[in-house]
Amino acid sequence: FTSPTIDEGTWDDLETALLGADFGPDLTDELLDELRAKVAQFKTTDPADLKRMLREALEERLAAHDPTLTLSNRPAVVLVVGVNGVGKTTTIGKFAKFLTGYGRTVVVGAADTFRAAAVDQLATWAERAGVQVVRPQHAGQDPASVAYQTVQFAIDNNIDIAIIDTAGRLQTKAGLMDELGKVTRVIEKLAPIAETLLVLDGTTGQNGVAQAEAFFESAGVTGLVVTKLDGSAKGGFVLRVQQQTGIPIKLIGQGEGIGDLTGFTPHVFAASLVP
Amino acid sequence: MATFGTLSDRLTATFSALRTKGKLSPADVDGTVREIRKALLDADVALPVVKDFTAAVRERALGDEVNKALNPAQQVVQIVNDELIGILGGQQRRLQFAKNPPTVIMLAGLQGAGKTTLAGKLAQWLKADGHTPLLVACDLQRPNAVQQLQVVAEQAGVAVFAPEPGNGVGDPVRVAKDAVKHAATALHDVVIVDTAGRLGVDAELMKQAGDIRKAIDPDEVLFVIDAMIGQDAVATAKAFQEGVDFTGVVLSKLDGDARGGAALSVASVTGRPIMFASTGEGLGDFEPFYPDRMASRILDL
Ligand SMILES: Nc1nc2c(ncn2[C@@H]2O[C@H](COP(=O)(O)OP(=O)(O)OP(=O)(O)O)[C@@H](O)[C@H]2O)c(=O)[nH]1
Ligand SMILES: Nc1nc2c(ncn2[C@@H]2O[C@H](COP(=O)(O)OP(=O)(O)OP(=O)(O)O)[C@@H](O)[C@H]2O)c(=O)[nH]1
Ligand SMILES: [K+]
Ligand SMILES: [Mg+2]
Ligand SMILES: [Mg+2]
Repeated sequence: FTSPTIDEGTWDDLETALLGADFGPDLTDELLDELRAKVAQFKTTDPADLKRMLREALEERLAAHDPTLTLSNRPAVVLVVGVNGVGKTTTIGKFAKFLTGYGRTVVVGAADTFRAAAVDQLATWAERAGVQVVRPQHAGQDPASVAYQTVQFAIDNNIDIAIIDTAGRLQTKAGLMDELGKVTRVIEKLAPIAETLLVLDGTTGQNGVAQAEAFFESAGVTGLVVTKLDGSAKGGFVLRVQQQTGIPIKLIGQGEGIGDLTGFTPHVFAASLVP
Repeated sequence: MATFGTLSDRLTATFSALRTKGKLSPADVDGTVREIRKALLDADVALPVVKDFTAAVRERALGDEVNKALNPAQQVVQIVNDELIGILGGQQRRLQFAKNPPTVIMLAGLQGAGKTTLAGKLAQWLKADGHTPLLVACDLQRPNAVQQLQVVAEQAGVAVFAPEPGNGVGDPVRVAKDAVKHAATALHDVVIVDTAGRLGVDAELMKQAGDIRKAIDPDEVLFVIDAMIGQDAVATAKAFQEGVDFTGVVLSKLDGDARGGAALSVASVTGRPIMFASTGEGLGDFEPFYPDRMASRILDL
């Protein structure tokens, strides 16, 4: 904030910061109203107080949902979905490594049988993470059958966790969204799905909400992963997503390295939104 | 998405309350400008761009053209639309070919924006036009980016130059340089250089992109940007303009329902023309950019 006491300029700065962080116009107005009320209630004129109140307001909202991953089934099946290019395959590589670090055994399944070299890309990540990979038996194989074979492989080999990669798809493509429903049903013939993670690109704007709503509808998403937060984008839209859909944020991606994945901590995220 | 109806409906509602007053006051116009501002922010147009834009619209909306109009709401929508098309299409132009082949086209952008897919699309499109493009694998970073480009080249039915395995092995500046030499002897009249995705804040990788540019002196540097991007479009576009100084923009993933405010942000902040729209995963899903369609899309008209 530029001004030493809270004045109209402070509120303008705050609005600029919130809009610039991709909270969107509605949530920004909502937050501003809430903070104006608080500032009046506590009769403060110190911008530092306002900043603290903002952080608290964000943290409280971010903490409204439980970010814990439920991976206690054996095998625990994790399905990873999202629009094109958000970081699904990369996240799977990092997540596999993260889990093996906790002593879990992991297999990843290459059910993106569509995008050029997607199977090879996942296999490279599997190698880096030191986990096994189930590949399609032929190009263009039905993704549901690759998913099925992956879960079967986990069962047969006593592997703790099966993570399944899927092809990127825009939420507006009805046929491709239906395909996800099929993948889910086929997997569930063998084992319940422990987590369906929707990967959201941290640079996304307000379209992220439409993505989450559609994937929730078609694939029963249980958790969000936000990637690319190592850049200059803040990812404020995910607060709207969490608020509007009730789906908790569970993992955060911050780079292209295998170690660049962390759990979600409301306090840390709120601090990064309001530096 | 727009739960309160389109901008046009909202403005008509605002104006119907004023219908009886005859002449619009600055206060009346302010209400309208707020509606426009919200529509643009909902469409992810970057805030500094929204500010400049609404100031320009406010000025025109106070003028006679609105006050004398039979339907002031429609007239304001028309002004907004015209101004948008002005920015989006200000410097419309086609691909620039070199006087002496090969024409060199370099692609750059954030991770996952759609560069490699675009390489295939451009190649297929140029091939259909009688060119003999060569795709060059200079993303030696992202896992299996080289294979991805090889597959895409095969799908497009064009040649690929991929001397390095990638996955962290090989020098992209050198590959780019060698590719241009190779193209001259192998008679490829267009060279399309795929590069690794990089963040605007990654100084080291941005310098690498700048080094590739310097080494091959491309005729076009196309900045590929995802239509779903939010407010970060401005910082990213500026970083790429400084780092590689792109000559044109390609907006990707326009087949979704993102309103695509980034188009306005990038065009207005960099002054570079948006040349193509990428509209799907297939290599044929690619078209010239139409500023009027984009304006309607941003405004949800
Ligand atoms: N900087 C950064 N880049 C990332 C991150 N996560 C993924 N990426 C990069 O984003 C690009 C796309 O990642 P992928 O994992 O291929 O994305 P995807 O969702 O599997 O893509 P599709 O399968 O094509 O839909 C790659 O260049 C990754 O290296 C991240 O957290 N930070
Ligand atoms: N729906 C849709 N998907 C697209 C479009 N362009 C690219 N994609 C998809 O987006 C994802 C990323 O595309 P890539 O071409 O690999 O992107 P990139 O910029 O080369 O990514 P990196 O090399 O990792 O930085 C892939 O799943 C593509 O199929 C488009 O216009 N529409
Ligand atoms: K993206
Ligand atoms: Mg993938
Ligand atoms: Mg690429």
